[in-house]
Amino acid sequence: MREPLLEVEGLKKHFPVSSPIPFKKSDQRVKAVDGLSFKVYKGETLGVVGESGCGKSTMARLVNQLIKPSDGVVNFKEANLVDMDAERLRLTRQKIQMVFQDPYASLDPRLQVGQLIAEPLVIHKVGTTATRKKRVEELLETVGLNKRYADRFPHEFSGGQRQRINIARALSLNPELIICDEPVSALDVSVQAQVINLLKKLQAEFKLTYIFISHDLNVVRYMCDRIAVMYLGRIVEIGTYEEIYKNPQHPYTKALFSAIPKENPFADKEHIILKGTVPSPLNPPTGCHFHERCPVAMDICKTKEPNMITSKDTHQASCHLIN
Amino acid sequence: MSDQLLTVNNLSVAFQSGSITTKAVNGVSFSLNKQESIGIVGESGSGKSVTATSILRLIPRSFAKITSGEIIFQGRDLIKLSAGQMRKVRGNDISMIFQDPSTSLNPVFTVGNQLVETIRAHRKISKKAAKQRALELLDLVGIPAPDKRITMYPHEFSGGMRQRVMIAIALACDPQLLIADEPTTALDVTVQAQILNLMKDLQEQLGMAIIMITHDLGVVWETCEQVLVMYAGRIVESATVKELYQRPLHPYTWGLLDSQITESQDSDAPLSSIPGSPPDLSYEVTGCPFVERCPYAEAICHQETPPLQQLADGHAVACHFQTGSNTLERKEHAYREGTFTRS
Repeated sequence: MREPLLEVEGLKKHFPVSSPIPFKKSDQRVKAVDGLSFKVYKGETLGVVGESGCGKSTMARLVNQLIKPSDGVVNFKEANLVDMDAERLRLTRQKIQMVFQDPYASLDPRLQVGQLIAEPLVIHKVGTTATRKKRVEELLETVGLNKRYADRFPHEFSGGQRQRINIARALSLNPELIICDEPVSALDVSVQAQVINLLKKLQAEFKLTYIFISHDLNVVRYMCDRIAVMYLGRIVEIGTYEEIYKNPQHPYTKALFSAIPKENPFADKEHIILKGTVPSPLNPPTGCHFHERCPVAMDICKTKEPNMITSKDTHQASCHLIN
Repeated sequence: MSDQLLTVNNLSVAFQSGSITTKAVNGVSFSLNKQESIGIVGESGSGKSVTATSILRLIPRSFAKITSGEIIFQGRDLIKLSAGQMRKVRGNDISMIFQDPSTSLNPVFTVGNQLVETIRAHRKISKKAAKQRALELLDLVGIPAPDKRITMYPHEFSGGMRQRVMIAIALACDPQLLIADEPTTALDVTVQAQILNLMKDLQEQLGMAIIMITHDLGVVWETCEQVLVMYAGRIVESATVKELYQRPLHPYTWGLLDSQITESQDSDAPLSSIPGSPPDLSYEVTGCPFVERCPYAEAICHQETPPLQQLADGHAVACHFQTGSNTLERKEHAYREGTFTRS
């Protein structure tokens, strides 16, 4: 069995809602992430897909403790990040980096590219000014940019180049796990391909592990070894990409993948059109969260929450139909 | 021809910023029949949206100018219309829906208000009758419980529902032509499927023509019959969708088709991408605008701009090497950069 780098158990985040009555505490909670358990193995890419509002990004922020979970365990290399003291967490977090969606918002416009990339090194007191400068040049070349760009400002770069700068910055501390939160969603198709190629090349070169969040199912299919499908704060199906694409078990996964537009004008693709949109996580449906939109819902789905059922070693889904 | 709805001839649009003139659209010509749907594809900055917004003359008058061309809609040149006449066309004969449904609705009015406003701007009917029509429209675009929803504000709707409201407003006066500028880009795939389905149904039901602007070829395959490929403010290829998929001719179209991630894409092979970026249109472009990124470019491409040439069977292409007498052999993996191995 491969070695898990990250193990998440029963992860929850419930955000309190401000009460309509002043000074009164509200007892309502937005259950953004509601009991996630999964493993990420060394050197693999785990794709996370789902509609907006299903808790993908909250999950990413919980994994590296940018927000504190309400409950659950996040084991990174067998150390639980949740109850770690601040100093140890800071050191451990060197190994977990993030690349965000919007390359226009995630770079400080007042800093030069060299300063931006060296910032993690400065924060973690790695090296001297001279060695940092060398490292920045090295990193720029790794991500396919000219090393003379170090003294330019972010506004001088295109979206694709900025995303390369973000990737260089994420690489600066030699991380083991990189969480990519929709890294190519804001880019044009052909630029998107360049950034994806770069991420794949870096993974082979530095033996990186990725958690790759995206709503573009074609990109996920290409990038990922395993895929987790999320719906309303929970994982409804997880498996290798072949299992998820060729043999989806959960009706939501089936609908999600059937909604991808057809690949050529001759294809006769049947779309499963889901009714409505994702329900509010403030007041999720009883039983199976998906039953209101599910084309094959039964009576039991309205009352009883389905368990994760393992159909194969690597493939799990939570639906009453699988038995 | 009697069933021709819209003809755009040699349209050019320029933006003026200080002393810099950016030629965003350069001599675009196409025509559209009644009830037909045409897709415009291209990268950002290729002039797709400017072309479409120019048809409605929605480009900002202070710095943008239509420098040449004519837009013939139902026998009238829209460019020559007065502001008042143009206002009667907008939202009545030609409607538009935009990419971002959260910024295109007014947050301080209820959706009912915004629907009634559109209807009453073009039709002389009572408020009560307009409200009745608004209810019908909300029902038509598949919004459940329209009598409740009509008094709600845009923030109470989800993204997909807002886009449905936008479509309802656009359809309020039974337009002949609907321009959809990336209508599903901001939406989830499941909602995208809903909206595209709705648009196809409504097109059949109401018999309007659609101009669909998108960067996603999948959306074009789903919804359109004709397609225009734009690059640097010009049309580089136009054909029916089936023809474009089976027999694409322009090297840029090849690049676009190659950079789509398909089911057959081997995940160990790198993705194809078009190197470089489109030319800066604030400088004079000599030669073919695609020359810097074209793997097939030769000396002539740097000197002369290829015209859009009509080949037989309604397929037009702008390339020096794709004319009746000249043909180019499409290379496999022309847009692929190196290889990488995974451990």
